[in-house]
This record gives sequence, C-alpha cells and structure tokens, in this order.
Amino acid sequence: MRINTGFGGTAGLIAAALVLAACGSDDDGGSAGGDPSQNAEATEVTLTITDNAIAGGKNSEGAAWITDYVIPEFTAMQEAKGVDVTIEFEENGVDDEDYKTKIALDLQSGGGGDIISIDGIWTGEFAEAGYIAPLSDVVGDAVDDWDGWEQIPEAVQQAMTFDDEAYGIPVGTDGRVIYFNKELFAQAGLPQDWQPTSWDEILEAARALKQIEGVTPLQINAGVPMGEATTMQGFLPLLAGTGEQIWADDTWTGATEGVTQVLDFYSQVYGEEQLGDPLLQQEAQGRDTSFQLFASGQLGMLIEGDYLWRSVINPDGGIAPMANRDEVVGWAKIPAREPGAGLNGQDFVSMSGGTGRVINPNTEFPQQAWELLTFMNSPEAFEALIAGGGARITPRDDVNAEALAGDPLMSFIAEEVLPITAYRPALAIYPQVSVALQEATAAVASGTSAEDAAAAYQSELEGIVGDDGSIAD
Amino acid sequence: MTVRQSLGVIGRYVFAGFVFVFFALPLLWLLTAPFDAAPSVQVSLPDFTLQNFRTLWDNPYAMRSLGNSVLIAAGTMAITLVLAALASYALSRVRIPGRDTLLYLLLLLSSIVTGTAAMVPTFLLMTELGLIDRQLGVVLVLTGGLLPTAIFILKDFMDSTPRSYEESARVFGASSLQILRHVVVPIARPGLATIAVWAVVQVWGNFLVPFILLRSPDRQPAAVVMFTFYTEGGQPNLALISTFSLLFSIPVVVMYLFVNRRYGFRFHGGIKR
Amino acid sequence: MTTVPSPTDVDPAGAAADGGARRARVDDGDAAGLGRWRATGFVAPAMLVIAVFLVFPAVWTLYLGLTNWRLTGLAAAEPEFVGTENYTDALSDPAFRNSLVLTLAFVFFSAIIGQSVLGFALAWTARRLRPAVRSVLETVVLLAWIIPASVVAFLWLALLDRREGTLNALLGSDGTAWLLEYPMQSIIVFNIWNGTAFSMLLFSSALASVPPSQFETARMAGAGTFATLRDVVLPNIRGHILTNTLLITLWTFNVFAPYLITAGGPQGRTEILGIYIYRVALRDGALGQGAALSLIMIIINLIVASVYLRLLRERRS
Repeated sequence: MRINTGFGGTAGLIAAALVLAACGSDDDGGSAGGDPSQNAEATEVTLTITDNAIAGGKNSEGAAWITDYVIPEFTAMQEAKGVDVTIEFEENGVDDEDYKTKIALDLQSGGGGDIISIDGIWTGEFAEAGYIAPLSDVVGDAVDDWDGWEQIPEAVQQAMTFDDEAYGIPVGTDGRVIYFNKELFAQAGLPQDWQPTSWDEILEAARALKQIEGVTPLQINAGVPMGEATTMQGFLPLLAGTGEQIWADDTWTGATEGVTQVLDFYSQVYGEEQLGDPLLQQEAQGRDTSFQLFASGQLGMLIEGDYLWRSVINPDGGIAPMANRDEVVGWAKIPAREPGAGLNGQDFVSMSGGTGRVINPNTEFPQQAWELLTFMNSPEAFEALIAGGGARITPRDDVNAEALAGDPLMSFIAEEVLPITAYRPALAIYPQVSVALQEATAAVASGTSAEDAAAAYQSELEGIVGDDGSIAD
Repeated sequence: MTVRQSLGVIGRYVFAGFVFVFFALPLLWLLTAPFDAAPSVQVSLPDFTLQNFRTLWDNPYAMRSLGNSVLIAAGTMAITLVLAALASYALSRVRIPGRDTLLYLLLLLSSIVTGTAAMVPTFLLMTELGLIDRQLGVVLVLTGGLLPTAIFILKDFMDSTPRSYEESARVFGASSLQILRHVVVPIARPGLATIAVWAVVQVWGNFLVPFILLRSPDRQPAAVVMFTFYTEGGQPNLALISTFSLLFSIPVVVMYLFVNRRYGFRFHGGIKR
Repeated sequence: MTTVPSPTDVDPAGAAADGGARRARVDDGDAAGLGRWRATGFVAPAMLVIAVFLVFPAVWTLYLGLTNWRLTGLAAAEPEFVGTENYTDALSDPAFRNSLVLTLAFVFFSAIIGQSVLGFALAWTARRLRPAVRSVLETVVLLAWIIPASVVAFLWLALLDRREGTLNALLGSDGTAWLLEYPMQSIIVFNIWNGTAFSMLLFSSALASVPPSQFETARMAGAGTFATLRDVVLPNIRGHILTNTLLITLWTFNVFAPYLITAGGPQGRTEILGIYIYRVALRDGALGQGAALSLIMIIINLIVASVYLRLLRERRS
C-alpha cells in the first residue's frame, strides 16, 4: 500500500458522514405531504410553476401563455379576494429526459415548484419514489368537487392516474394517424381519400408507391435510436391492431401471437421488398431525416401524432416547413390487422400520450396551488392558449369541440381518433419494456425473423419484470 | 537551399495542407447553415437570409446566455488558474510525502465527478450549501473538477523551469509570492496559457452542471439555452441551432486568439540553462 | 491498489539529458525558500475546493455504487444496500464487456495513436512554418476542440450524412452510410479531429520550453531530424509525453460526444464506456449501477497508467 494513510483515513470519515447525510436527505424528500389546510387563509402567497417551456424556444406558446395570461389573470382574481399572490415561472427548455432528471432531483431534495408539468408516463415512477402524492392527499376534498373532471374523458384522465388515484390534471393529449402525400398517391394511382381497412392495404399502397423513382413508400418507426417514437408510433398502434395491449389485467405481454404478428409486419416492410428504409431506422438522427423526407415529398406514408402537423411540417414555424401542407398532406386512421381484429373488436386503432400538471406534495400553499391548477385547466384558460397560437388537443371535450374547429387535422383527431385510442401503462418499469420492444423491432428491421425476435423479447422481458410480475405468452 | 531542405519545406506545407483540409472540412456547415432560411444537414449555397440572427437577437435568453457563459467560464478559469498555480508551484518545490499518489488519485476522482453518476451527490451538496441557482455554485463545482488536472499539468511545467532565477530573486529579498508572480509565472506562461484555454473549453460546453444547479433561465449559459431550440418532440430547429452555434463558438475563438497573441505559446528565448 | 503509480517519479526535466547533477537539484529544489508552512499555505486553497466540491461528491458516489439507488421508482424511495452486486452484474453483462473492448480500441487508436502522434507532428511542423500559416493552421485545429460537443455533432452529421453529406459529395460515394457501415472508424476519426488540439498545445508548450541552445548544439553537430528528436527533444519532454498520454487516455475513456453522432449504434457497435454509463445512469436511471461502473473505469485507468509508467521507465534504463 503506497496510498497515504492520512488520505485513506479522511476518506473513511467522509464516507461515514455521507452515509448519514444520505439517510437524512431521504427523510426530507419523502412523501410527507403536509396538511392540506395549511396556510389556507394566507393573504400573502407565493407560487412557482415549473414547466418544460421557454420563451423564444421550446414550447414557446405555452410559456407565453403562462407569462401573459395565467399569471396576470390569476393574480388579479386573487387580488379581488384580498389575497396578494406572487407567481414565479420556472422556465426550462431541454430534452424531456433532462427535464425529468431535474425535477426528480428537486422533488427528491424536498424542493421544486408548486405546480410541475410532467409527462403522464412518469406518474408511476414518481409516485413510487414518493416524489408526488395523490391530489386528494395533497389538497383534500376540494379535488372531487372540481367540475372540470366531467369534461375530461376517463381514458384521458388515466394518463395522470396511478393505482386508481389521480396524481394530477391532464393538460393535453394527442393521437396517431397515418399521414400520406397526396401528390405521390396520385402518381401511384392511389385515391386522394385513402383509408386502409387492413395492414394488407397499407402494404399494397406501399408497393404501388415503390414504383416511383426516389421515393421511400413507408416509414414505420423501428429501432432504438428513435426511442419512444418507435414504441408509440410503431409497435404499440400495430399491437392494438391485433387486439392486444402491452399491459393488461396486471400482466405484461410477452411473445404472444399479436407481438409476433406485429414483428412480422415489420419484416414485411423492411425485408426483401424494402417498402421502408431499414438503414434509416439505425441512424441516430433517423427520425429527423424521416420528417425531412416527408416534407420534401420523398416519403409516401408515415405514422405520426398531431405533433408532425403542428410543429414539424407546419408552414408557419415548423422545423421542416411544408409550404403546401394543407393541399398535399392527407391522413387516415390506423387500421386493425383486419377489420374487427383491433382492441375491443375495433376496426381502427390509435395510441395517445398525455402530459399533465401535478402539485408538489411539499407545497406550502396546497389550497392556493389547487386553485391555480384548476384555473389553468379552465375552459377560458385553454381558449386563451389556443388563441395564442398554441393549438393543442386539450383534455376537455367542451374546449375541443369549439376551439379546434378551424384545424381539420386536429379536429379529426379529437373527434375520430380519441374515441378509439389507447394509453400506455404509467408504470415504473414501462420505459424498460419499451426499450425491449424497440430492440425487437431493430432486430427484425435488420433481418432477424419475427419468431426469433419475439423469443428474444420474451427473455428480455422476463429479466425486466423479474419475480414481481406476470407475463402472458 | 539544398534539394533535401526544399523537399523538407514542401513536405511540411503539404502536410499542413492536408491537416488543414481535414480540420476545416466539417466546419463548412457552420458557415453556410446559419444563413439559410431552411437548412438541412447539407452544406450548400444558402437561400440567403439574416432572419435567423434577428430571431435570436429578439430571443429573451439567447444573447444573455452568451454573457453568462463568459462569466462562468472566466470565473472558473481565473480561480482554477490562480489556485492551481499556487498549489503546483509549492508541490513542485517542496517534497510532500505521497504527493504524487495523492495527485493521481484526485485526477482519477475528477473523472467520476464530471460523469453523470455524481450529479445527485453534487446537487444535494449544493442544496445544503445554499448555492442552488447561483452562478458561484456552478463555478465552484466546475473548479473542483478541473483543479486536479490543472495542478497535474502545471506541476510538469513548474518542474522544468530553472531554479537559478528564484535563487537570485531570493537573494534580493523577494517574498515567495513575489517570486512566483514575477519570476515563475512568466517562465511557465505557455503552460498557464494551455490551462487557461483548456479550462474555458471544459466549461464552455458543459451542459449538465449548470442545467441542474441553476434555476432561472436568465442565469443559464449558452450550452443550456442551445437546447431550447429543439421542439417538444426533440427535433432540432436547425435554422436557430446552426445560427446559435456560430454565435456560441465566436467568443471562445476570440478568447483563444487573444490568449494566443497576448500570452501565447511562443518561445521565451534568452533563458539558457 | 498496491501499485498506485506516481507519474512524476519520472523526472520531467529529463535527467537522461545531462546526468544526475540536475536531478539532484530538482529534488531538493526549494530554491524560493518556500519552507513547509508556506508551501502548505500555497496548496491549501486548492485542496479545500477539491475536498469540498470533488472528493466529497466523488466518495458519496462511490458509496452509491454499493446500493441499488435509482432516480425514480421504488428504489428511489427505499434504496437497499446491495454490496458488490452492481459490480458482479456489470462484469457478467455482455453489453459491458462489449463496451469495454470497444473503449480500449477507441482509446488506443483515437487517443494514443491518433491524437498524440498527430498532435506532436503538428506542434513540431508548426514551429517551422511561416507565422501566418502557423497561426491559421493552429486556429483551425483549435476550433475543432473549442467548439462545444453539441455543435460539433451537427458538423459531423452534415459531413457523414448518407444522403446529403459533404464527404459523399466530395468522394462521389453517393449513399454510403459511413456511420452505419464504418461506425467505429467514424467515431475514431471524429475523436482525433475533436481532441488533437490538446496534444498539439501541450507539445507546443513543451517544445517551447526546450532550451534553444540544445537545438543549436544539435544543428552544429549536423544531427538530422530523427536524431534531434531522439537526443534533444525526447529527453526534454518525456514528462510531458507521459502527462499527455495519461490525460488523454483518461479523458477518452470518459468521452461522450460520439453519442450525439451515433447514439451508440448501430446495435451497440459504438457503445463505448462513456455512452454505456450514460445509458445506465441517466436513461435507465440506475444511478447506483452507474456509480459502480465509474469505479470500474477508474481501476482500469489505474492499470493502464501503471503500464505506461513501466514502459517509460524501461525505455530510459
């Protein structure tokens, strides 16, 4: 041992101190959740809103809405009641995973904003870690009395629910469709009002498009680099088309018939016929490229959410603007494998994600935070958001019916797709299952047979779920 | 000039030419994309516009973040340089038992702290110290991470500076600090300049530390603000990103040119040992 | 950990050049009359900052490596002490071993061979270029190093893109997916491009500290380039070579920038350790596991460093 013993001794002391410190900090960050009625009568209130939105950048409409509408309006309302409210807005504008890390650190240390935006899919992980608590624990009875709940469909509420308890109020939802390029369809002799009713019809259309020089017929996301986009825009909508879900009746879906059928569809797309571009699925920037190809008319069909329409090919401010979007881009519902084979015997299927806002269990002002939260989810507030250019599919039926009327795609999704859509399970291990699914699609896209990939997925899933859950196969 | 010498000159310039192309080629995109209305990953003559610059100029955080970056980088660089110069000088001149082992252990530990795994302890520590949302906190964490390497490199330079000047300075009654400042630092200048540039580079691109430790967007440095130019689906807005990249790169380039010219990596002729 | 190497045991001033006389002077060299107390005072501020902001979180991280701590989920609420399980898990994970092999190749080719050799060649050549040419060349090499990784990633994507990339346009190799067909080669070349500047700077500074009189003597004696390098330069900058190699090895083990270009793909073929740890610690949220991996990486670095030291010592004797 040539290590200076003095150093070694110090290190030991520091380590011991750290163990103590680590234990101590766990207590601070626990799901203590104060008394719902604390500070209920306070006349001086400070609240912080944390969101992954920032002026001039990511989700800037949402940021502008909070700064220009929510804060002044709510402050004025409270002033009328004799309460002096100061609202701070903590803007972020980063990758979702980085944002998640930051708010997890905040909540873990017992800090963080009073109202925090999260992706619905994080609800389970955060709840299990004790970072967030059911709304009725944080706020009390006022939660059940809110009249907004009846405007939010049960399925949409699920996005912020864990173990049958609501942890937050949904902010928005979305839905997936098949986008197609009408000009290319015309060249290939396909109808302008195309609506496939089975997977085979998708493949037939792709074969017709394959005849056009320089065109990739179909993009179904596959592989790990696209991450959750592979699962949400590829695997899961297809799985719903076989009548199965990834998690049902407290059981994870293993190498079932449906999973194998989905993987087989992938191998038809990326196999010999090359109806899709298998290399694109391996590139780190594959998804960006697929958007650019679609915008420049080199890609025939693409499964995506309303995000593509709003933020990517939008001629006004999209990242791959498509000047003639409104004339050229068509959309169709995603068909089940064959009519009636979809989830709940449906002919068409979709998948949705959702975001929401939670109240920090450590807030000093639970009642006022709840008031602010419901204000942000009032019909007036949503209308102000949409009027400010942040057209979104809101969780509220009453708002969607009116405010989205001007946008054909958005109202199509709100009216036609949301009733048939499904959501992912908001469970802590879902992200790992999702990666296993992405790996299975990657294997098939690069030549593995559907059966082998399904078997590999099954054993991967067993490793993830362990002894704590059950798997259907 | 002999044939051999001319061949040598030609060889040198051919080599320099190849290296130049290799290093310059990827940079082309940075010169075309910012001026393009709808850039892709292709290097092409732009559909010329200055709109991207205007958009950034109007952005509430973009320009300020460059200032924040300068502040954080300069602060970290200054503290690192001063503390490392003092420490490496003393370590070079006085034998402390186990100093090399200690130094190397610290060097290795610094690679943990710059990694992602240490972010939770760092965050909790800064929370306890009340340094969350303060740029000083970012500077201190970064300095702690850079110091071992800085000392490690500088000690090499201090070791190889001749002692004779110090001896004579001492004879004339100069204090240790004066000797360090007026005798040792000028001689070790190339090494100090290397450390200065290196420290700034490390800080300039660091995303994780400031992102986690700072709260208000008007205190965030450019490395964090750059990520606001992605959509909510994670796709880059290439028009703004390429433009911001260009602006983001200019200060460090200027700084390098300045350091190079002022304190540069040149021969300090005249010192004979 | 019985053979903790001490790099500066190799006297950087290069005792080989003119015998033991100088060596002795370096060792006792308290020429400024610092004395132990004042020396401690000089070292103390740096050590204080290091102790609080480096050693403290680092040791804490090592402790986390013995738990199953995660950022979210049940393991965040009630972390359990799992002892060495994280270590045995890592060592039996084929993805980790794959990553380790890739990293060793990556470090060897991009850092030890690529950056050091190119960096030295540049430093050496630049001395004898016209100042204007030299400054342009150095600046462009520096740019590759100074520009932040998040920007650099876009530059390389633009260079290597399959459809519209600059390289394919220049070579006429339309449709070559460099990042898929030659993923490891691509990130090695990328890392040489990205990191050579440091070696160049360090060697420039080192060459600048070689007394000009020695070059003069070599030239008088009619020594060629090779002989000058061997007899004058090498002995003088031996310590710098060691520092450079140690540092760039350590850094290259940690390099993360290729993630932005290949995301570790295709199929894990570029998943070097920095990327692997990032995936485990941040994407999968398994911070305990990530901490354990960091320690494994450090131990590998210790081994590599002691090999360097041995090599350098042998060559000297």
